[in-house]
Amino acid sequence: MDLTLKIWKQKDSKSKGRFETYKVKNISPNCSFLEMLDILNEQLIYKGDEPVVFDHDCREGICGMCSLYINGRPHGPDKAITVCQMHMRNFHDGQTVIIEPWRSRAFPVIRDLMVDRSAFDKIIQAGGYTSINTGGAQDANAILIPKVDADMAMDAAACIGCGSCVAACKNSSAMLFVSAKVSQLALLPQGKAEAFERVQKMVETMDKLGFGNCTNTFACEAECPKEIKSWNIAKMNREFIAAKMCSEKRKEANFAG
Amino acid sequence: MSKLDSKVPKGPLADKWSHYKSHANLVNPSNKRKLDIIIVGTGLAGASAAASLGEMGFQVKVFCYQDSPRRAHSIAAQGGINASKNYQNDGDSVYRLFYDTIKGGDYRAREANVHRLAEVSGPIIDQCVAQGVPFARDYGGLLDNRSFGGAQVSRTFYARGQTGQQLLLGAYGALSRQIEKGNVKLYERHDMMDLVMIDGKARGIIARNLVTGELERFFGHAVALATGGYGNVFFLSTNAMGSNGSAVWQVYKKGAFFGNPCFTQIHPTCIPVHGDYQSKLTLMSESLRNDGRIWVPKNKEDAEKLRHGKLKAKEIKEEDRDYYLERRYPAFGNLVPRDVASRAAKERCDAGYGVGETGLAVFLDFSESIARLGRNVIEERYGNLFQMYEKIVDDNPYEMPMMIYPAVHYTMGGLWVDYELQSTIPGLFVMGEANFSDHGANRLGASALMQGLADGYFVLPYTIQNYLSNEIRTPRLKTDLPEFEKTEKEVKDRIDKLMNIKGKNSVDYFHKQLGKIMWDYVGMARNETGLKKGIELIIALREEFWKDVLVPGTTAGVNTELEKALRVADFLELGELMAMDALNRNESCGGHFREEFQTDEGEALRNDDTYKYVACWEFKGNSQHELHKEALDYEFIEVKQRNYK
Ligand code: FES
Repeated sequence: MDLTLKIWKQKDSKSKGRFETYKVKNISPNCSFLEMLDILNEQLIYKGDEPVVFDHDCREGICGMCSLYINGRPHGPDKAITVCQMHMRNFHDGQTVIIEPWRSRAFPVIRDLMVDRSAFDKIIQAGGYTSINTGGAQDANAILIPKVDADMAMDAAACIGCGSCVAACKNSSAMLFVSAKVSQLALLPQGKAEAFERVQKMVETMDKLGFGNCTNTFACEAECPKEIKSWNIAKMNREFIAAKMCSEKRKEANFAG
Repeated sequence: MSKLDSKVPKGPLADKWSHYKSHANLVNPSNKRKLDIIIVGTGLAGASAAASLGEMGFQVKVFCYQDSPRRAHSIAAQGGINASKNYQNDGDSVYRLFYDTIKGGDYRAREANVHRLAEVSGPIIDQCVAQGVPFARDYGGLLDNRSFGGAQVSRTFYARGQTGQQLLLGAYGALSRQIEKGNVKLYERHDMMDLVMIDGKARGIIARNLVTGELERFFGHAVALATGGYGNVFFLSTNAMGSNGSAVWQVYKKGAFFGNPCFTQIHPTCIPVHGDYQSKLTLMSESLRNDGRIWVPKNKEDAEKLRHGKLKAKEIKEEDRDYYLERRYPAFGNLVPRDVASRAAKERCDAGYGVGETGLAVFLDFSESIARLGRNVIEERYGNLFQMYEKIVDDNPYEMPMMIYPAVHYTMGGLWVDYELQSTIPGLFVMGEANFSDHGANRLGASALMQGLADGYFVLPYTIQNYLSNEIRTPRLKTDLPEFEKTEKEVKDRIDKLMNIKGKNSVDYFHKQLGKIMWDYVGMARNETGLKKGIELIIALREEFWKDVLVPGTTAGVNTELEKALRVADFLELGELMAMDALNRNESCGGHFREEFQTDEGEALRNDDTYKYVACWEFKGNSQHELHKEALDYEFIEVKQRNYK
């Protein structure tokens, strides 16, 4: 198939960007979307131009590095899939495809389609873990975990941190990303000890980094390549309120005791 | 050769590690704060080591080329992680895991290292569970296990088909905690370019900032590499696009020895190649072999018809199917080790029984398991893998058998390290896939994750202290020392040289050609004539590359083509060494199959009298490599011919 591509080009974070139009020909429907971009880039290199820069690494839908906004949708038209796994059979001959980077104040463009997502790392650094050091953990089977809890924790933990939830949200909210980690750890006994501190620190950091508020439209859930569910957001909200109330009480109790 | 001291502690096998730990030198807390450690790579080994060393109080600098440490390619491991917990009461033990690993590696790994690996396998699971890794559980709330190739017990822990992801995110969490505390400083989007040595010791690195394009200097009292394998030398592999051998190759050129470079693992269950635009291969977890049966048609005519779409797999009658693994290896059946399964698939396809458009594929069939266990059980076990297959191939594996073919997946070879994971360069340590140490000539499934985390959580944090205890008087060195200047200048010259070629062909053009040479001559089956031919072709291609490569853009700012060009330049040298090593090893063992050396039944024929050693190569200048040997003495187990029949 032949396609017209309109791609966002931007030299660096300080420059202004613009759309460039390119044509690619004879693309096989079995080609992946990123392989189609490889073909375009080879064309550009041989013509003496610079290739289009985009983030990618594993190309099997798990590292979360690929991040393209295609015809108005993060990761393109297919559901429950990252762009690196999406194949050209989702497009038709003669189609125009518009390719943009993630758009969010918290994810500045580095070049072309490549953005800076270090804000996500900062949120995890604020508390997305259990505070235990290496060594000295008790036997792995010492605490029983009901299968449904383990399964739900796994559902939440499947997040790949790509940022499509932020890109999909009209407010650039990171609620789905943050809540997935909060609820994974809150569901497991190992994460409970710090659950209240964790949710407060992570939400505070998220707010500071310029992500928007959640207004419950759930575009994030609809566009998530790993189908992370919005119940995580509900769970996080509950955790957050409980934390606010409880931490005061706990402090009082500790002083009293 | 004094340089090749493996430093294996004396004493009974089972006591070596605990004895080492109780006698190795430690660094006291106030001195730890004064010592800098550089860790390159944030996969399982790098992230877990950086976190653990940060917790201990060292000052750690950690580097990755991706935008976040969470993206390292460990994340893509699907199937699981082995540990000898014996939770299933099927007779597992540390010794059995050790034995299976040595045997699976075809008796080409170091006994003491492998035993230590088996010893720490249990604590790894404890550690991960404490971090909140959501391993699969049974209805009683206990951890579940599955079985994997090369073992007769169920010792593999898993988190759906995303075990690597969950383990890595656990380590990433621990790392993030240390970053927040200020013990670890993270440098993302940084590519290590070279090692800086001062007075014969590793003292720092030169890294390229992939956003600004600038070269930056970093000092460390010690440097630890956890940069993964070099499978991308084949262009098409299951590695990530950015996975590369450059850090490993640069330190090799600085004097670190390279162990068994030719030992490459070809994974039996990958989605077959479909077109020349293809950029990478996708693995289907080995765990599928638990419930899937591998077959090809018994009759060539049927295979022919399948290739032309005139017949469907389902239409072939049971008696006309050849379940060749079950036929050849009744004891292990579909769960033979990877090298055996891969070669058997190639054998059938070469003999004309292959299926798929290209004839380079075999079936992996779930119909019997679905009938026996129900579709929902299969869906629960492998749902995401089936979905991935369907998205890529556009075919429903619940209805039609999958088609699979072997692909390059892992490199057992790597930098030579001693028992302390130290290379032949003092102060340079190597962990995970980047070192050669634990898997011999073939790695068993679910053992890479185990090794990465063993090295990072439980081995290196101890052994590096034994080295650093002698460094407490070394101050933090300034990076304007002449050694830093000189190394940075060398890197800059290399980059300028590449940029100035301004040739006619793209980097990928060369990489694809190199990949084809490697696959044809240094791939799944090798022979003397082919290897010699391969070496000639690689040398010629390398010369052409340095005359004719076209790297667009400039050195300032993001330049992804320059990143690739630097990596391919190194692969063009590393590929030659792999071929030389394969040529030197006149035997077949594990993943290394020399056609001249096979039994009448087509099984690998080892030569223990002559080749029971680790081939350790030393760089001696352009295309010159000198071979040293570390003899493998098996003190505690009997070396046998591998038999999975
Ligand atoms: S490149 Fe890794 S998820 Fe797409």
